[in-house]
Amino acid sequence: MTGLVLNDEQQMLKDAARRFMQERAPVSQLRKLRDERDETGFSRELWQEMVEMGFVGTLIDEEYGGSGFGYVGMGQVFEEVGRNLTASPLFATAVLGATLLRNTGSDAQKQALLPAIADGSMIMALAVDERARHAPHYVETRAEAQGDGFVISGRKVAVVDGHVADKLVVSARTAGEPGDADGLTLLLVDRAAAGVTVERTIMVDSRNAAVVTFDQVAVPKDAVLGKAGDGYAVLQQTLDVGNAMLAAELLGIAQEAFDRTVKYLHERKQFGVTIGSFQGLQHRAAHLFSEIELMKSVVLKALTALDQQDDSAAQLVSLAKAKASEVAELATNEGIQMHGGMGMTDEFDIGLFVKRARPMQQLFGDYRYHADRFAADRGY
Amino acid sequence: MSDLEAFRRETRAWLEENCPQSMRSPVMSDKDQCWGGRNWTFQSEDQRLWLERMAEKGWTAPDWPSEYGGGGLSREQVKVLRQEMARIRARPPLHSFGVWMIGPAILKFGSEELKRQHLPPIVRGEIRWCQGYSEPNAGSDLAGLQTRAEDKGDHFIVNGQKIWTSYADKADWMFCLVRTNPDVKKQLGISLVLFDMATPGVSTRPIKLISGSSPFCETFLENVRVEKNQVVGEVDQGWTIAKYLLTHEREMIGGFGRTAAGQKTLPQQAVEALGVEQGRLADGMLRGDIARWELDAKAFEFTAERVVDEAKAGQGVGNASAMLKYYGTELNKRRQELLMAIHGSDAMVWEGEAWNEGALARQWLRSKGNSIEGGTSEVQLNVIARNILGLR
Repeated sequence: MTGLVLNDEQQMLKDAARRFMQERAPVSQLRKLRDERDETGFSRELWQEMVEMGFVGTLIDEEYGGSGFGYVGMGQVFEEVGRNLTASPLFATAVLGATLLRNTGSDAQKQALLPAIADGSMIMALAVDERARHAPHYVETRAEAQGDGFVISGRKVAVVDGHVADKLVVSARTAGEPGDADGLTLLLVDRAAAGVTVERTIMVDSRNAAVVTFDQVAVPKDAVLGKAGDGYAVLQQTLDVGNAMLAAELLGIAQEAFDRTVKYLHERKQFGVTIGSFQGLQHRAAHLFSEIELMKSVVLKALTALDQQDDSAAQLVSLAKAKASEVAELATNEGIQMHGGMGMTDEFDIGLFVKRARPMQQLFGDYRYHADRFAADRGY
Repeated sequence: MSDLEAFRRETRAWLEENCPQSMRSPVMSDKDQCWGGRNWTFQSEDQRLWLERMAEKGWTAPDWPSEYGGGGLSREQVKVLRQEMARIRARPPLHSFGVWMIGPAILKFGSEELKRQHLPPIVRGEIRWCQGYSEPNAGSDLAGLQTRAEDKGDHFIVNGQKIWTSYADKADWMFCLVRTNPDVKKQLGISLVLFDMATPGVSTRPIKLISGSSPFCETFLENVRVEKNQVVGEVDQGWTIAKYLLTHEREMIGGFGRTAAGQKTLPQQAVEALGVEQGRLADGMLRGDIARWELDAKAFEFTAERVVDEAKAGQGVGNASAMLKYYGTELNKRRQELLMAIHGSDAMVWEGEAWNEGALARQWLRSKGNSIEGGTSEVQLNVIARNILGLR
């Protein structure tokens, strides 16, 4: 990739993802899952097709069955996921799970788990937050050394796909106090292990998360990912990748909400003319267009920085997530307002975009969290 | 690649030898900018030398063909030159509407005769140009301009009034939009003509702004004779060129407010003025406002970068200049408001050498014009809505 444009392979992946999501996983699929109160919350058949398309292995190296295509590539897939509100375990499993294992897993852990992610046979979930607002260093959950392993106790909230995960990664304290960055350890826990309780939470976006409780859950020593006590830095790297993908998905959501809104402005007539002829609405649409142009740039910049292992990647990810949260909020709110009464109805899709945007903004830090992180990193 | 590296080495060595020390510091005031022209008084011998040496190489207009005095450099070489100049914080040797605006228009639309006559003196900084566009009754509705050019056979006689002419009182030549045909759709009867400001019938009057300075003038044209060979492009086809020039101007104005090399950034100024407590700027509310601005400023910078990259790759939506002009100027106004807040009562002082003659307040007031000149923010939003979103 030279400069802020996609290369041919990345563009091809984006086009393939666009066609696939439009045909196989459009907004109507999410409606169906919601209305049928589907227990899984996504289609396992679709998940297998996403494996075959190569989307699931995008961040996994070839030796473990993936394509090692990189973050810019995966970002394009997520943009299309955002446009179509595609429900799947792609984020929790193929981004968070794969990145954690890739960055910190031992050879044995990688060998055991990465191929299972790549072939779609294992679903993972990351259990980080304990508070309603993202605070990854606020961890009360403890992992006490006992015999040849650890015993974990604590409670995690907003665990995306926790209700269906086969394997959980949990951040627990092996030293220090809640609020300390030091003393955190990441551990692999089987969903089926004794003492693990999963309570499914159906979210406003009709997607699923879970509250996961660990009550004296015993795990062996080799359940530790990376080094005990040094989990925070590793976790941050994974959260950065996650936030870059969330920003890419929010970009897709904002663009689709905007496109649908502009289309509505062209169609809806009042006072004998299309409402798009009114300057009051034209200027708001033009402003939103400009904001989305900025959003595209920061998302691509952050993804590129991750691929290039740029020193400023963390700062650029916070910039991208902050801006993406801000603009997605504006785009979805304007979408409802400009659709008027129809925007308030369940029949119109625009409401589904506002409902999907907010949980993604909140997950792993909203505008405020990342503006603060950005400013601190910039020295003020 | 190695050719480019060789060019970089040569350029670095040449700049090292030829850029005077006093020209290697940020431009702090209007006086530090060299505009050239017949009436220019150089601020220093170094300023004169720097212009002369750069002009000799054609590097005041590095991408223009060398046959017209330009540097004849490729896009990549121009980038290297800019990088090497930034590396030693070299000032631009010449500020010039000739280089930025009418030169590129003459190169693209002008006759061979016009190129040979006008381009070399622009490169050398000998002729200073001004832009005759707006009129008292043609602001946002620029195509409604009424300055008349009557066909007298081998020449035109021009009558009318221009306003907001930047530095008309200091300029040597004007490029001017005039109505050559009043009987057709307004956009189809406009021509772009060139004339010497010393021509009988041309007079100017400076307009004093809220910032206290007078960068703009009213220009009065009474029976001004303009030769027929001084029309750029075809007669009645001036609107196309005017739009091309406006695009240039919008991109230029949209770029105002970027921190120049060597200047302190806005957050750095805030940290200096207000201090840091526990790793965070001491004023929490102001910190939030500054962060919001800087996030947008960075996003805007990357967008300008992306637009260029896309254009190179033959992609992009087009019409990006309206969006860049709109967002860039609004961003600069926010920046100036934040600077006023950061510096508090210090920023309110209007006179006195110790206060840099009220430079902060004057820049803040001047920035209000950024979202008016070159097409208001509202006009840019109209352009986006109509041309990109198809709303009408």
